[in-house]
Amino acid sequence: MKGLAFIAVLATGALLLFAASDFPAWGDKDSPASRHEISRHYITQSMPETSVPNMVTAVLADYRGYDTMFETVVIFTAGIAIIGILGVARFTDRESLEPRAETEPGDRDMIVINTCRLLIPIMQMFALYVVAHGHHSPGGGFQGGVILGASFILWAIARDLPTALRGIKPRRIVFLAALGVVIYAGTGALCLAMDARLLDYSALHVFLPPEAPGAVPNEIMARSHGMLIVEVGVAFTVSAIMFGIYTYLSTMGRLKGGL
Amino acid sequence: MIWQFDLLVLLLLVITAVISLRVKDLLSASIVFGVYSFLICLLWASMGAVDVAFTEAAVGAGVSAVFMIATVFNTTRRSSD
Repeated sequence: MKGLAFIAVLATGALLLFAASDFPAWGDKDSPASRHEISRHYITQSMPETSVPNMVTAVLADYRGYDTMFETVVIFTAGIAIIGILGVARFTDRESLEPRAETEPGDRDMIVINTCRLLIPIMQMFALYVVAHGHHSPGGGFQGGVILGASFILWAIARDLPTALRGIKPRRIVFLAALGVVIYAGTGALCLAMDARLLDYSALHVFLPPEAPGAVPNEIMARSHGMLIVEVGVAFTVSAIMFGIYTYLSTMGRLKGGL
Repeated sequence: MIWQFDLLVLLLLVITAVISLRVKDLLSASIVFGVYSFLICLLWASMGAVDVAFTEAAVGAGVSAVFMIATVFNTTRRSSD
């Protein structure tokens, strides 16, 4: 059986390698993907149309905002599933899951704690920068949210989980995750209410103050600001879910002890 | 792209992939998998896909390694196969 599986793997691998030889070369300007009109449109028109220099963010949050909205929902659902499945352990056989031999709370290394005390604010500032600056440089809601969530995880590892959970209660994790989805979908729905299509942020220009003469028109600035709003929503969901997954995975849903 | 750099990274990718599959200690496997993610991140960056590289560094090498280590600590450290 093992031999058969090995042959199957080899055959599939050979087939994939054979198929890969048909791929266009890296950066080939004559490849179908580069020749298609939509690529040219994104490359030449994304800056005039959305006033966002980072083309990746423009595609991700504006042109394909629908896709990103449901990516956020996928992360939310995955986190809720983990919290739902592992959270049951808190109410059932609590005694059978004997806690691992672990240090008492507060019995942690002072050097580690104080290093984290210095490091975490910088991490969080960087995370907020990544979220807010996703238009102009690599980054955005997903990356910034993960860094923000990782800073909470770092605090939970350096101290202990109850200390970290005192800041963000388990119930609030789910609330913040849901809030992110609501911000994203709500922005889309607001566009719908403004007689535009779903997630067509240019409809939000009515909320902007009148533009200065010669400045970028409000319809275009609204798309840029709309992207920022949905990125903030994504960051809410991602950071809350990352911390939630960590708390539930590291304690098997008991929310005590931790790594 | 510098082909020498790419060759080195691809070689290390294959090595780390095989190690993380073969090693019996699941904690080592998780850490080697984090190394694999970092190498892929280098590859994305060398191809100019900076956004993807950023995501890979944050999610693949950072948080998912922590999740796997957290799971290993709560389940078993030895792989049965």
